[in-house]
Amino acid sequence: MDFFNIVIQTLDSTIRLSVPLLLACLAGLYSERAGVFDIGLEGKMLVGAFAGAAAASVFHSAFIGLGMAILISVAFALVHGFASITHRGNQIVSGVAINFIAAGSTVILGQAWFSQGGRTPALAPNERFEAIIFPGANALRGVPIVGPIYAELISGHSVLVYLAFLAVPFTWWVLFRTRFGLRLRAVGENPAAVDTAGISVAWLRYRALICTGILTGLAGAYLSMVQNGGFVKDMTAGKGYIALAALIFAKWKPVNAMFACLLFGFLDALAIRLQGTPLPLIGRVPVQFMQALPYVLTVVLLAGFIGKAIPPRAGGVPYVKER
Amino acid sequence: MSTPYAKLPGWADYGLIPLINLLVAFVVAGFVVLLVGENPFRAAVILVEGAFGRGQGIAFTLFYATTFIFTGLSVAVAVHCGLFNIGTEGQAYIGGLGVAVVCLVFDSVTPWWITFPIAIVASAVMGALWALIPAYLQAKRGSHIVITTIMFNFIAASTMVFFLVGALKPAGSQAPQTRNFLEGGQLPKLNWIIELFGAKIRSAPFNVSFLLALLMAWLVWLLIWRTKLGYEMRTYGHSPKAAKYAGISETRIIIIAMMISGALAGMMALNPTMGDQHNVAIDFVSGAGYVGIAVALMGRSHPVGIVLAAILFGALYQGGAELAFEMPAISRDMIVIIQGLVILFAGALEHMFRPYIQVLFASVSPKSMGMAAAKGGGG
Amino acid sequence: MAEAAIELIGINKSFGAVQANRDINLEVARGTIHGIVGENGAGKSTLMSILYGFYQADSGEIRVNGKPATIKTSNDAITAGIGMVHQHFMLVDNFTVLENVILGAESNALLKSSIAKARSELIRLEREYGLQVNPDALIEELPVGLQQRVEILKALYRGAEILILDEPTGVLTPAEADHLFRILGQLKEQGKTIVLITHKLREIMAITDSVSVMRQGTIVATRETKKTTVEELAELMVGRRVLLRVEKDAMQAEGVKLSVKNLTVKDLRGVTMVDDVSFDVRAGEIVGIAGVAGNGQSELLEAISGIRKAVSGSVTLDGKPIDLTGAADPGELRERGLAHVPEDRHHVGLVLAFEENENSILGYQDDEQYLKGPFLNIDAIQKDARDKIEKYDIRPANCRLKTANFSGGNQQKIVLAREIEQDPGVLIVGQPTRGVDVGAIEFIHKRLIAMRDAGKAVLLVSVELDEIRSLSDRILVMFAGRIVGERGSDTTEGELGLLMAGVEHKEAAE
Repeated sequence: MDFFNIVIQTLDSTIRLSVPLLLACLAGLYSERAGVFDIGLEGKMLVGAFAGAAAASVFHSAFIGLGMAILISVAFALVHGFASITHRGNQIVSGVAINFIAAGSTVILGQAWFSQGGRTPALAPNERFEAIIFPGANALRGVPIVGPIYAELISGHSVLVYLAFLAVPFTWWVLFRTRFGLRLRAVGENPAAVDTAGISVAWLRYRALICTGILTGLAGAYLSMVQNGGFVKDMTAGKGYIALAALIFAKWKPVNAMFACLLFGFLDALAIRLQGTPLPLIGRVPVQFMQALPYVLTVVLLAGFIGKAIPPRAGGVPYVKER
Repeated sequence: MSTPYAKLPGWADYGLIPLINLLVAFVVAGFVVLLVGENPFRAAVILVEGAFGRGQGIAFTLFYATTFIFTGLSVAVAVHCGLFNIGTEGQAYIGGLGVAVVCLVFDSVTPWWITFPIAIVASAVMGALWALIPAYLQAKRGSHIVITTIMFNFIAASTMVFFLVGALKPAGSQAPQTRNFLEGGQLPKLNWIIELFGAKIRSAPFNVSFLLALLMAWLVWLLIWRTKLGYEMRTYGHSPKAAKYAGISETRIIIIAMMISGALAGMMALNPTMGDQHNVAIDFVSGAGYVGIAVALMGRSHPVGIVLAAILFGALYQGGAELAFEMPAISRDMIVIIQGLVILFAGALEHMFRPYIQVLFASVSPKSMGMAAAKGGGG
Repeated sequence: MAEAAIELIGINKSFGAVQANRDINLEVARGTIHGIVGENGAGKSTLMSILYGFYQADSGEIRVNGKPATIKTSNDAITAGIGMVHQHFMLVDNFTVLENVILGAESNALLKSSIAKARSELIRLEREYGLQVNPDALIEELPVGLQQRVEILKALYRGAEILILDEPTGVLTPAEADHLFRILGQLKEQGKTIVLITHKLREIMAITDSVSVMRQGTIVATRETKKTTVEELAELMVGRRVLLRVEKDAMQAEGVKLSVKNLTVKDLRGVTMVDDVSFDVRAGEIVGIAGVAGNGQSELLEAISGIRKAVSGSVTLDGKPIDLTGAADPGELRERGLAHVPEDRHHVGLVLAFEENENSILGYQDDEQYLKGPFLNIDAIQKDARDKIEKYDIRPANCRLKTANFSGGNQQKIVLAREIEQDPGVLIVGQPTRGVDVGAIEFIHKRLIAMRDAGKAVLLVSVELDEIRSLSDRILVMFAGRIVGERGSDTTEGELGLLMAGVEHKEAAE
């Protein structure tokens, strides 16, 4: 295989691998910009993946699956809201709890309903989101350079992939061009300002969490209904945490988030490609090193060695009216 | 006022409310059992019988509890210093590296009672070192310790895989684990203590590290409430500004607290490796670090509470195994759900029932609430 | 009298067993400025929060422009034409002025038209009331006075006819305050109704048409400003004649204990907070530092006490230098006889979650008498705490009680007892009577005088001019990080006021 093809294929898998990260990262962006820390992205993705695959296989419809993925994921987001907004509980503790409940319940219910060791049945093609082939993609494949780029990188992904990348400008627009976005950013910085302006802090934060739930639902559905033909135990495998890392890396900005997720996706793709192949000069890079790289990078960033990441000021603090 | 809630008598605060929270967690778990199509009451009976019904069960319960005492103490020590150490999982895992090296070097040379202390030190040092970097970054660079410790859990996982498929794996073996420890690397069992009470135990991994865990619980109590260092940690935990005013170095206290926390986490590795499997294998921590969060929350970060909560979770793990055997629809993942629910209700929602309890107390004995209410209203 | 813009009838509000507002009746005429004065905790802020929908009254009626109004949320208040300028500004720091103004008052779901509309509206308001501010500036880059102006603009943009200002001058220099009062005067001329909450009687006399005095949750009197005097209002506020001067003997100062030379301190952003400050404090004198809050006094105290690093300069204690790079920790300074009663007792001077006895060693935890090796000597600590409770009449007399359960005055006594009983050579004190009841104020003042008479050096920082004037032997005035003047204790309030406003030395001296 020639070098160009390797590059194209690596970039193609970069896109595929970064999509769940991107959806989860944008999900986290909504809640953290509204001042609610969310380390429960992982859990919400997981229940989304499970609900999506389960509903798709029962109702034989990818769209019902997607709907259920979003519904259940939003429900979990609301639990987080109930604990951390209504009852002013510790947001980190609540997030940890949600991750556990998600990890346990998906397996228990999966086993009880489908008896396949916590898996859901393999999804038939009509129960999944298939790749969309753009017009002329196959015809152009032969054209050097442009052909493979168009056919492999641009065309041939599932609708959720395009949705994920469209969500980036959309999120930017929502945050910076709409009333909801203005209020959302305000409540993450100074909830008292929002409260005295006559806007309900709680309801605003709940709405932000609903956005989070929708996006983690999409991320989960992508995992179980696009990347994989069904749900597998613990299939998120830490992606929620990587998304959180990407969010910090992106300094809570939508476009940066896309690049951060592409970077982490690329590292992942590279790790898979490099497995066992020695590199010139460096020699064989242990695959574990590549796997740990996103986490190491995040730690380095957090330490302020690559610019400083300043989180939304009211993040993590429940809002209490001052007397 | 720092707290929007008025004061309850101590026993209600430390006994009644955690109990109610726990109860609610179990009721919700009962609904999950119902959803799966089993009878939650029968499940509860099986669970309790499995955990405490026979000597065998009790031994296993205490074996699991040992692990959770270590991780619960680890989380609690950090909490007293105002730090949320989610890295207990990774610190325990890396602690296993210390155990592995010590046992592989010494198990053929020294008896267990010499290997054990060396391994204790090694595991504690490894765990402490793994906590040192996030601690340093928090103290010196202001990086959020929750995020860095999560990251370090993943880095720990990769690091351990690297060693367990590489340097620590015996040549020719396929399994990602060390060779089995010889007798010098195996801890004696404590099953005979339970057998004193007339129970029969076939085989159970309940071992001397349980005594180490109890010793650590006592030492943590001593540290937090009876030493100057503990006083300084609590001061910083309640108010970093007050700590600075009192001449307590922020860097020093964060690093010390996290290293103690990491050391306790690291010691957890002794129990499943030297005490049970007699090797260090991939994923041997399997979430015990996270259970520590639930244990510390349940036990309100007090060593006595932690030991009790750890036994509760030990019982859940052991009883859960029995349950999975009796009711195939309910695998051990049920425990993960319960754990999550306990963290949710005892942690994030700990104040949910408090107002109702307060109303109840106020109506039963208004006098005891009088001063507390006055304090709540000082505006 | 003109028609009433606001009528409050029989308002009651309790928090638990504490009645914050008791049977309040208040009427404010349209187009007037009405002052509400009272000590801290008299219930002023609670009352206004009820009017603004932040809290709801347990009973009573609110009428706006003669019509009964139900105000359950801030939104209801805004709809009723009530605007509020809070003591702590309700602004989003990293938003622009425009974004802050439209927040919550956007015209539709998209921002573009709201921003355009607000921009032209701001130009109009600027013309009408002289409220100049750059609409595209970020709030965090504006000085405090302008931030407050944005708050007023916010209220006017929402069509407020009634404007409530809660302690608006606490963070302002006298010059900025004067500017604010001119703006309020203009607003009044345009027919707006203004309620001014303050504890500064001078402001009441200067600007209001009528004034209500609150004490312990009730309105004890309402007067026309023209027909009352500062003395009468002061008496109404505290309920008895106040002794503004504390009895004390002539000063007998000796050698220099604490010497500050060319001290410069910067904050985290690199802004100079203390600028080339020099002064001495001698044994047996109280040196008071006056100034509007936020002019570097807090940073000065923190630098001297070792909490904050200094950029340059030197501080010597008993002739020996203090390391200003942050290497000299507060613990070491305590050992050398420098005690510090910090401004913020809730978060700095005390750990509210601790038992009283645990707080009685805060900062002295290294002291041998409280330790047995690495362990705390619990018996010694509790005995020591009980002794202090008795000596300082701290109530309730229970050293095992959580500190949060003590009143403000008693909490301050816990701090003072701890610091004074160590018998330090130098005592630095910040805002010793903030949020402290009148009885405890007297006690605390007497203790500080006793320290001075015992030959200690006392450095006192307070924003209360009366306190500074009655306690100090010498008064230094800080403005914008510099010491702009030194006066004796016989100086007038007016003279200090000019200095605090940053009016040049020579002008003030004339």
